[in-house]
Amino acid sequence: MKLKPETLRRIDEVIPHYPVKRSATLPLLHLIQEDAGYISSEAVEWVAAKLELQPINVLEVVTFYPMFRQKPIGRRHIKVCRTLSCALMGGYKTCESFEKEFNTPRGEVSADGEVTIEFVECLASCGTAPVVMIDDDLHEKVDCAKAKQLSDQIKAESKKR
Amino acid sequence: MPAPQQRRIIFRHIDEPGYTNDLACYVRHGGYEMLKKAVAMAPAALIEEVKKSGLRGRGGAGFPCGVKWSLVDRKSGKPIYLVVNADESEPGTFKDRYIIHQDPHQLIEGIMISSFANNVKQAYIYIRGEMPHGARILEKAIAEARAANLVGPNILGTGYGCEIYVHRGAGAYICGEETGLIESLEGKRPYPRIKPPYFPAVLGLYQCPTIVNNVETLCHVKHIVEMGGDAYAKIGTPNNTGTRILCVSGHVQKPGYYEYEVGTITLGELLNEVCGGPLPGRKFKAVIPGGSSAKILRFGETFTLKNKDGSSRTLTVEDIPMDFDTLAACGTMGGSGGVIVMDDSVNMVEALANINAFYAHESCGQCTPCREGSLWMKKITTRMVHDHARTEDGALLKSVADQIAGRTICAFGEACSWPTQSFVAKFGDEFRAYPETKKAAKSAGTLELV
Repeated sequence: MKLKPETLRRIDEVIPHYPVKRSATLPLLHLIQEDAGYISSEAVEWVAAKLELQPINVLEVVTFYPMFRQKPIGRRHIKVCRTLSCALMGGYKTCESFEKEFNTPRGEVSADGEVTIEFVECLASCGTAPVVMIDDDLHEKVDCAKAKQLSDQIKAESKKR
Repeated sequence: MPAPQQRRIIFRHIDEPGYTNDLACYVRHGGYEMLKKAVAMAPAALIEEVKKSGLRGRGGAGFPCGVKWSLVDRKSGKPIYLVVNADESEPGTFKDRYIIHQDPHQLIEGIMISSFANNVKQAYIYIRGEMPHGARILEKAIAEARAANLVGPNILGTGYGCEIYVHRGAGAYICGEETGLIESLEGKRPYPRIKPPYFPAVLGLYQCPTIVNNVETLCHVKHIVEMGGDAYAKIGTPNNTGTRILCVSGHVQKPGYYEYEVGTITLGELLNEVCGGPLPGRKFKAVIPGGSSAKILRFGETFTLKNKDGSSRTLTVEDIPMDFDTLAACGTMGGSGGVIVMDDSVNMVEALANINAFYAHESCGQCTPCREGSLWMKKITTRMVHDHARTEDGALLKSVADQIAGRTICAFGEACSWPTQSFVAKFGDEFRAYPETKKAAKSAGTLELV
C-alpha cells in the first residue's frame, strides 16, 4: 500500500496518544481514507498489522461507521442532511436539486467521477437548516437556489482542473 | 410581559465581532485565570464547589456533575481518565459546534480545571467525525495552550501534568452514549456496555475509572470556579441551576441558539417572543423540547402538575418553563436542549417517518428489540407514507415501541421508542386518518419529510 510520507508521519505521531494501540484504529482509518480516498482490504490488513490486531478487528470498525467507505467515491463529496430539522426546511428538495444538477442519483458516483451525492443524518447545525457538507466544508441554509449556485461552483472548479 | 433577557455565560463571546479563537484573544478576555485559581485550590474543594453549584449534565440525561465526579473510584490505583463528549449528534442540537469553533479555549480551560480536580493525567476530546474543522481548531488551541504550559507535563509550574488529545468519531450517533463512546475510543464498534458492572466511574476507558462529560457541562465548570458553587447555584431555579443553551430549529421565524437561566423562560416565550413566532400564515402544531428522542408536545394539550404544598396547577405547552424537572413532569425531557418546532403544514405521520428513519439507521444492532424494532417502526411509517397506510398502523407502531423501551442495554431503546409512543398517543387521530389523508392527495406531502 502506498501512502504519502506525510500520512505515514501522522500515523506514527498519533499511535502514542493512546496507552493501548488499538485505540488508534479510527485515527488511522481517517488518515488513510483522507490519503487514499477509501479503505481497501489491503488497508485493513495494513492497519491491523500496524496496531497488532487481527484484520477482522479493523474490518468490523470499517463496516460499522458510516463515514468509512470501502469503495472510491467522486472527487467531490456532497452530503445533504436528511434529518428532521433540515427536512422541515426543505432538505429533500435540496438533495433533489443536487441530483438534478449532476444528473446523478444519491448514493452513486456521477458518470464523470466528479461527484458523489449522499443523504446523511443530522450534521448538528439545525438552526441554519437545510445544511450540506461539501468535502470538509459546511454550507448553511442551502435552498434550491443555493444548491444550484454551489453546483455551478463545483462544475467550474472541475473544468479548471 | 416581555420575555426574560438572555444571560450569556457560556456563549458570552459567541458571534462577538473581533473575538477570535486563538489563545491571545482568550487571554485578553481573562482566559485561564480560573485555571490559575483552581490549581491553587485543593482538588477536593473544587469537587465540592461543583457539587454545591448543582450543575446538571447538559448532554441529555441531566445527571448532577458533582455527583458523577464523586462516584469516581479513586482507590483503584489505576489512572483516571476524562473523556469529553463532543459527539454532538442528537437531532435538533447544535450548541457544542459553536463553542468548539469560536471559543475552544473556554472548553480547554474547563477540561484542565476538571482534570486537576479529579487527578486526571490524560483527557480525550471525542469529537464528531463530521466536524473536521472543529477537530483542527481544537488541536491548534491545545498546541497553543501546551506551548504556554496550560496543558502538558507541568501546568503553570505546579508539577501537575495533564495531556489532551482530540479523537475523531466517524458518523455514528451511538457514540454519544457514554459507554459506546468509550468502546469507540478503544478502537472498537461502539456497542454500549452493560451497567452494572461497567459504570464508567469504575470500569471505563481501558477498564479504568473514567469521567465522561459534555462540552457545555465542562465549560460551566470554569464559571463555577469563578463565581463559587453557592453563587452559581443562585442562577436559574432550584435543582435546575445555571444557564443552558437552547437550540431552536424548524418552523419559527428566528431559529438559533439562546442562552437562558434554566427555568426562567417558558416554551411559549421562547418560541413566540424570542424566536418571533410561527412562519407567516402558519400556526404552531407540535414541539419536541429536548432533541429528537424527547417525547413530543402538542399545542393545545394541558398538564396538571402537583405543587409541593399538595395543590395542583395546570400548564399549557406555552406555560412550561424550560427546566429539567417541569419538562420531565410533563412527560418529556429537557434532554440536550434541542427544540424542534413543527407548524400546521406538517403531517405527523410523515414527521415520525423521518425520525424513525434516523433511529433505524443509528441503532448499533447489539440488542435485538432495538435493532429489529427500530427497523420495523421505520418500515411501517415508510410504508404508510408510500400509499399503503392502514387505520390500525398507529396501534401496531405503539405495540412495537412498547416492546423496545426498557429491554435494551442502553438508553437508545427509549430514545427510539419515545418518538413513536408520543406521536401515536398525541396524534392518534392523524395516524388513523392517514389512509384517507393520502387519498385526498396533496394536502399531505407538500413538504417532503421521508
